Amino acid sequence: MSWLLNTRNGWIAVILAALVFPMIVQNQYVLHVVTLAMIWAISVYGYNMNVGYIGSLSLAHVGFFAIGAYTLGLLTVKAGWGFWSSFAAALVLTAVIGFFVGLVSFRTKGHFFAIYTMCVGFIIYLVIGQWDSLTGGVRGLIGIPHPPPIGPITFDTLQSQYYLMLFFLAVTIFVAKWLRDSLTGRTFLAVRNSEELARAIGISPRKNQLLSFVISCFFAGLAGALYVSFIRFIGPEIANIVLGFEMLMYLIIGGIGTLAGPLVGTLLVVWLTQSLQFLQESRMILFGPLLVALVIFYPQGIVGGIAGWRNRRKRTPSQKREGKMPASKAEEVG
Amino acid sequence: MLLRVERLTKRFGELTANHQVDLSVERGQIHAIIGPNGAGKTTFFNLISGFYPPTSGRILFKGTNITGWPPERIAKKGIARTFQTTHLFEEATVLDNVIIGNRLRTRSGFWDVILRTKRERREERESLDRGREVLDFVGLSHLAGEPVSEITQEQKKRVAFALALATQPELVLLDEPAAGVNPDETDGLAVLIKKMADTGRTVCLIEHKTSMIMSLADRITVLNQGERIVEGTPEEIQGNPAVIEAYLGGDPTGDGRPQTV
Repeated sequence: MSWLLNTRNGWIAVILAALVFPMIVQNQYVLHVVTLAMIWAISVYGYNMNVGYIGSLSLAHVGFFAIGAYTLGLLTVKAGWGFWSSFAAALVLTAVIGFFVGLVSFRTKGHFFAIYTMCVGFIIYLVIGQWDSLTGGVRGLIGIPHPPPIGPITFDTLQSQYYLMLFFLAVTIFVAKWLRDSLTGRTFLAVRNSEELARAIGISPRKNQLLSFVISCFFAGLAGALYVSFIRFIGPEIANIVLGFEMLMYLIIGGIGTLAGPLVGTLLVVWLTQSLQFLQESRMILFGPLLVALVIFYPQGIVGGIAGWRNRRKRTPSQKREGKMPASKAEEVG
Repeated sequence: MLLRVERLTKRFGELTANHQVDLSVERGQIHAIIGPNGAGKTTFFNLISGFYPPTSGRILFKGTNITGWPPERIAKKGIARTFQTTHLFEEATVLDNVIIGNRLRTRSGFWDVILRTKRERREERESLDRGREVLDFVGLSHLAGEPVSEITQEQKKRVAFALALATQPELVLLDEPAAGVNPDETDGLAVLIKKMADTGRTVCLIEHKTSMIMSLADRITVLNQGERIVEGTPEEIQGNPAVIEAYLGGDPTGDGRPQTV
């Protein structure tokens, strides 16, 4: 069992399990739900690169998810573009809009940033819902195509779509890992830690916040585009702020700022939601206290909690440290 | 002259925090800024490092007018600073905390992350080397792998120094480097500050611990109520009536020691 605790082996086990999953589980409904969960996970990974890595809590994330989804939908259905060119356009457009929104939003800080971006998200929701001639309003868009075959690989079965989403999720996780371990990722962390200190060592918080925001919008757009190609229908409800909070919940439960957090949180909550289907709306009665307890006892979520527990375990043998006493004394003096 | 401050004034509404302060810091020196609480010392540092724009006056660094520059640009130009309350990244290790100090000398961006470029790898290595080097300088190599939350207050001060040094500054501004550490540790930090100056960095520091300043500083500037009242060598300062007046105006013990925070 302990070999599973090794991070690297853990990931390999997850990848292997994900690869064989559709072969073992023949239940189409389960496969459908898991595929959908992977799409959410991509979006939550993007969210984490902003909220987790650099610490700016944007509530417009779901709006960008919707922009990605609608761009793909509109370009394929109404403009008659090819799938993959629409797909690329959706990603680029989401990132570009993200850039301009970020440019304005980062004039605010902290809570005000959260409120401001929530307004942006709501405006996106309203525009999609009200701009009838373009988006189809509340009726939404139907007939969005599945991804066309790439060479010999086709995407018309559920299994193949599962693997497509798995591929994109894997790419996303790799980017999340590379980013976290890179100089850019360290820079984000420095800004999250203290904007003041970051500036004192020559790092511009604004520039980095904007970068992380655009990256996160890009992945929101990617998830949105994948979502719409999978479900083949969209309505304005996918821009609903409630969905945004749901993604935030996945992230908090899994572990803000951690690498595995978005995946763990998304899969766990989706699974819980499915198992508690019979409770319908009142399942929030269960989620609410769970979330509060988690935030109080494990502010870094499940993954952060496990990591902390492992670190403590590793440290216990070398617990006696002579420097400990003067530290507390010195603090009293100061 | 490395740093030259001319008639620097900062007003916050009605309050004048700094009034026409002049300061010249020569290369390789340790220059202390002292004064009673509320004399405007930290404001003065915030002006030099770009955290506040001055109301009037000029700041020249290496002959360049840096007045009104943002802090990150001033840091790149070669001025590093520490803060009174050391804020470090508590969960990260000591080494991880200082690696980022080299960031301003690197250029890798997001595309280097995606394309896994050579530049990214080279700069990561350079930053790591720099981090090790500055930890060695401040004498904390043995704690490189410890999380910051596990080390002492004095060691945290050293990490903050190391982080500032990792930016390869020519001028280091230390805001109360010895606040909150015990006398023995204060001596150790003084030795370290001396070592910084001896290895070619110029140091400008704010400090309340007079004994430390008197033995350490080459020159001392005394601020009182936002104005520079006197500047000179420690000997000149010690006997200066204006300084005694500023510090001891209301001190019945008359032991010549200013109140510490």
